[in-house]
Amino acid sequence: MSTHQPTAAKNGVATAVDENLIATLTAGSRPPRPSGVTTALTFGWRAMLKIKHVPEQLFDVTLTPIIFTLMFTYLFGGALAGSVESYLQFLLPGILVQTVILTTVYTGFTLNTDISKGVFDRFRSLPIWRPSPLVGALLGDAVRYAVASTVVVVLGLVLGFRPDGGVIGVVGAVVILLVFASGIGWIFTTLGLILRTPNAVMGVGMMIIMPFTFASNIFVDPSTMPSWLQSFVDVNPITHLVTAERGLMAGTASAGDIGWVLLAAAALTAVFGPLTMYLYRRR
Amino acid sequence: MKSTPDLAVEATGLIKHFGSTRAVDGIDLAVPAGTVYGVLGPNGAGKTTAVRILTTLQQPDGGTATVLGHDIQREPDTVRSLVSLTGQFASVDEDLTGTENLVLLGRLLGYSRSQARRRADDLLTAFGLADAADRQVKKYSGGMRRRIDIAASIVVTPEVLFLDEPTTGLDPRSRNQVWDIIRVLVSGGTTVLLTTQYLDEADQLADRIAVIDHGKVIAEGTSGELKASVGAGAVHVRLRDPVKRPDAERHLTKALGVPVLLEHDPVALSARVEDSDLVARAISGLIAAGIEVAEFSLGQPSLDEVFLALTGRPAEEATEDAPGEETAA
Ligand SMILES: Nc1ncnc2c1ncn2[C@@H]1O[C@H](COP(=O)(O)OP(=O)(O)O)[C@@H](O)[C@H]1O
Ligand SMILES: [Mg+2]
Repeated sequence: MSTHQPTAAKNGVATAVDENLIATLTAGSRPPRPSGVTTALTFGWRAMLKIKHVPEQLFDVTLTPIIFTLMFTYLFGGALAGSVESYLQFLLPGILVQTVILTTVYTGFTLNTDISKGVFDRFRSLPIWRPSPLVGALLGDAVRYAVASTVVVVLGLVLGFRPDGGVIGVVGAVVILLVFASGIGWIFTTLGLILRTPNAVMGVGMMIIMPFTFASNIFVDPSTMPSWLQSFVDVNPITHLVTAERGLMAGTASAGDIGWVLLAAAALTAVFGPLTMYLYRRR
Repeated sequence: MKSTPDLAVEATGLIKHFGSTRAVDGIDLAVPAGTVYGVLGPNGAGKTTAVRILTTLQQPDGGTATVLGHDIQREPDTVRSLVSLTGQFASVDEDLTGTENLVLLGRLLGYSRSQARRRADDLLTAFGLADAADRQVKKYSGGMRRRIDIAASIVVTPEVLFLDEPTTGLDPRSRNQVWDIIRVLVSGGTTVLLTTQYLDEADQLADRIAVIDHGKVIAEGTSGELKASVGAGAVHVRLRDPVKRPDAERHLTKALGVPVLLEHDPVALSARVEDSDLVARAISGLIAAGIEVAEFSLGQPSLDEVFLALTGRPAEEATEDAPGEETAA
């Protein structure tokens, strides 16, 4: 038969804990509710902490772009453009796009991994602006995209990439790309919430992304392609994005090219943002 | 809204089905504010699902529930500002340190950077985790992890704290530490709803207990009532002085509200009782009246027997067959 102990103070340790706890408990008054911006940025900070503690997750945004850039430049450079130097001027904006767009798949992969852990239940039971964990995750991912972009651009410059658009053109190109990538990110948050496992997200994500990046103007001028392929390449959003990127880096971008990219990013967010939130609420 | 203000949680006919699994199959709960309420049931009984519904993480398929009078479906945001949940599995970020986890939550709850930092330090110290503050939670022991889980739930002191199996898998010492923490939280005015597979845990901590099995409440009451519902228990009292027996009989009859039996032994009395709290009060009454009690015992069924009687199978055995079960959600 169990005996009823009236208090916790069975030993000295417990008593010490009690006194601290009682004092600590009374101190836990509720501060005013934080804004959505604050909570989203706080989740962004969490993403940075995770990079700090698990730096391996930066491998895919540093090593992959290096391998891609080197491989395609030296593999195709001579054959496609006569010289590595001149091909690099054409390829680099495209390889930048491919690198960052492939990285967006990780957004869904990470979310799927994260959301299956108990800590996400805690986040979801907090009285905060509901999309903030997802917006914060995308903010954190934007940092990863920026790291990948920097790696590609710096490597390109080392290899002989000389953009006519100068610093402003390159920075502008990277910023526009990050905006577009964040729009694409919502597609993968949606996938991350629909599919069961992180690997499924990875597999399906790559299956969607690959045709769009290869059947585009990233590697070769579409005028050399068969006409059926050309018509796909012409409507492929990645083609429009790469055109805008090349224009910005060369200092010849039209407002229409840039406007198209921004509009596409806004449209992706408008469709897949709410869809993600709908799925997130139902989880 | 019509609601009973002294109920922290009130659920009526809650239902949640997953395909053909009736995880929660019409659960009613009434949790008085300021108490510990135990939800006792074997693995797969529907405890986690019920807790997730009450903390707004899952939509019920049927039924209603309120937390301090606020409807969980119509006012989920208000409910979230009143409750806090310590999930069954890792409920903090294992990649982050103890401090980082608590600062993160402090910031999300509205503290400034420095306030959040101070609150984190205070909590880590209070929970005996100061030395591990800058270590990643994945390197914590099971007991430490449970303490940081609970600390994370009281960064802002909640009105109602939900603890889903807070001591499952802990060694006895860590278990006692968690029990101590829960008792202190309740003495500070927080209502605690805890789920458990352990009968003695419910017996030790909970003011009232709901026994659930296959998504249904199969019994509800104080642990004494549950025991009594299976077969009324009996209290046996032996006095030091046989002369005091008539006095004792009078006192006990009044305090227990049932006939008191005078046994062959000239110092012994006994009575059938429903409620162990009542017995405790009756015995203190005797002592207060100057009637010395040599010994007393409660001849009650254990909660194990209660579970066996209610379900036709022992609870502990039922919990063994699904170790490490994990929910997909
Ligand atoms: N997300 C889910 N999908 C399908 N079945 C589930 C899900 N969550 C729980 N279940 C099932 O519902 C039942 C109750 O589960 P749960 O609430 O976790 O019980 P407990 O916490 O008491 O162990 C179990 O049979 C479990 O397998
Ligand atoms: Mg459970």
